[in-house]
Amino acid sequence: MFEFTKENKKKFDEAVKKYPQKKAALLPALWLVQEQMGWVSPESMEYLAGLLDVTPAYVYETVSFYTMYNRKPIGRHHIQVCDSICCSLREAKGTVEYLKKKLGIHVGETTPDGRFHLSTVECLGSCGTAPMMQVDNDYYENLTEEKIDQILERLK
Amino acid sequence: MEPILSKNWHIPGQHTLAVARNNGAYGTLEKLFKMSPSAVIDEVKNSGLRGRGGAGFSAGIKWGFIPKDNKKPVYLVNNFDESEPGTFKDRSIAEKDPHMMIEGMIIAAYAIGARTAYIYIRGEYYRPWVRIEAAIKEAYDAGFLGKNILGSGFDCDIHTHRGAGAYICGEETALLSSLEGGRGYPRIKPPFPAIAGLWGCPTIVNNAETLSNLPFILEKGAAAYKKYGTEKSSGTKLISASGHIHKPGVYEIEMGLPIQTFINEYCGGVWKGRRLKGMVPGGSSFAVLTAAEAAKTNLDFESCAAAGTSLGSGGFYVMDETTCMVEMMANTAKFYAHESCGQCTPCREGTGWVKKIVTRIEGGQGRPQDLELLDNLAKNMMGRTICVFAEALAMPLLAYIAKFRGEFEEHIRLGHCPHGR
Repeated sequence: MFEFTKENKKKFDEAVKKYPQKKAALLPALWLVQEQMGWVSPESMEYLAGLLDVTPAYVYETVSFYTMYNRKPIGRHHIQVCDSICCSLREAKGTVEYLKKKLGIHVGETTPDGRFHLSTVECLGSCGTAPMMQVDNDYYENLTEEKIDQILERLK
Repeated sequence: MEPILSKNWHIPGQHTLAVARNNGAYGTLEKLFKMSPSAVIDEVKNSGLRGRGGAGFSAGIKWGFIPKDNKKPVYLVNNFDESEPGTFKDRSIAEKDPHMMIEGMIIAAYAIGARTAYIYIRGEYYRPWVRIEAAIKEAYDAGFLGKNILGSGFDCDIHTHRGAGAYICGEETALLSSLEGGRGYPRIKPPFPAIAGLWGCPTIVNNAETLSNLPFILEKGAAAYKKYGTEKSSGTKLISASGHIHKPGVYEIEMGLPIQTFINEYCGGVWKGRRLKGMVPGGSSFAVLTAAEAAKTNLDFESCAAAGTSLGSGGFYVMDETTCMVEMMANTAKFYAHESCGQCTPCREGTGWVKKIVTRIEGGQGRPQDLELLDNLAKNMMGRTICVFAEALAMPLLAYIAKFRGEFEEHIRLGHCPHGR
């Protein structure tokens, strides 16, 4: 079973008002689900389908199109390293390798303590400050190994 | 050159309304509401302002496509999906001067008769989104948004809508599909959004930078704007510079600036004392230029088009003499194979095959017939799909192979990457 918290239900109702058709609130609603539980479960998709008068299949079809909605639980902190065209010109590969070694996991995996999940992603619009990574909602730019150590140390 | 868009970026707190107002923000609204909407459209047409999102289409002419006898609601959409590899200029607008963009949106909404406007912002731009939301709230509280703005009788609401990680949503019809709450699938055109866009209603989609130019045009007039740039590419352009240069960053340049001058005087030159091998002026979807071509090309729409590439969205990246061009192409193909929406077979399959083949050449397993195969693939992808995403891989592919063919052949002949990658 999934249900919005009282506060998120209020935010959802506000989101619906922004559009002439309810269905348009699906993306903001999915963001709220992910904020609440860290991922988007099948149960939450059924719940949203009920709220928005669409089928669960429609919700799943939409969720699966976008890379940022997690369809399974991931670690507490999501590390996303850009290894796209411009970051690759400034040693993004080294950043990925360093993180793999430091965390002892491959790309797409979560550390055994559930603290970090490591992904590589396409261009995040941070080409001028490469190499870079996004951790949860924040960008960390002009990375060095020392800087990565300090950033991860702060994330419990 | 007196900057238009970035003139207040150095001022601390410019993203807040209090500071922005001291520097003139929302100063054009009084004048705006005294003008007729068609006079505003004419002013923007006369300014020669062209879309800054990639296509370079005249903003004023686009606005004019809304049917005159329209009875449906009209929508304005600010395309803030900025996802083209190499492009990070709109992010600076949100972070440093969001009120200029919001003022521009009010001007555009008034001109086209929209009472509701959306900002579609890519999901990864969480912090810029928070900043835009805060700026919108300030504008509401000050009476610049909402009902009866400044007693004019004009109502305008602005809402934000976050994407969730799909490059294709920057394509304007895919963006509309995503805004309506579905997969970001591009739609067949015609009808163009100005005729049938959001919920079947006339919709104008403009890039964030395009909209940010409007306060200047309204305040100083079309003639003042046309003093900047070249005859057909008026105004300034935000260029986001990255890659092998000393000083990457976002720079506002006057249209028509030679690429070489930009690299040497703005970007601090090619890094590590190396020579330029190639560069892309407008984002990864367009043809790479060799150093010799770049030396003869300027940063405006016509000059870039004449060189067989595009000023695009100003995603400018530089490759020094040590760069492996096969690796660059493999990385470019990886992006497009990942981002194809999958609707059209030539694109869905083509991008995957291009990635596989270029990656195998880079890895030393290329076959002698591969270059001909790639050429064939590229030509079969173009012009056969709903949107131009397939072209956005085919064009750089054909350019990399045509201009650096020897490198591809060397990889195949040697059976490994000569750059040791």
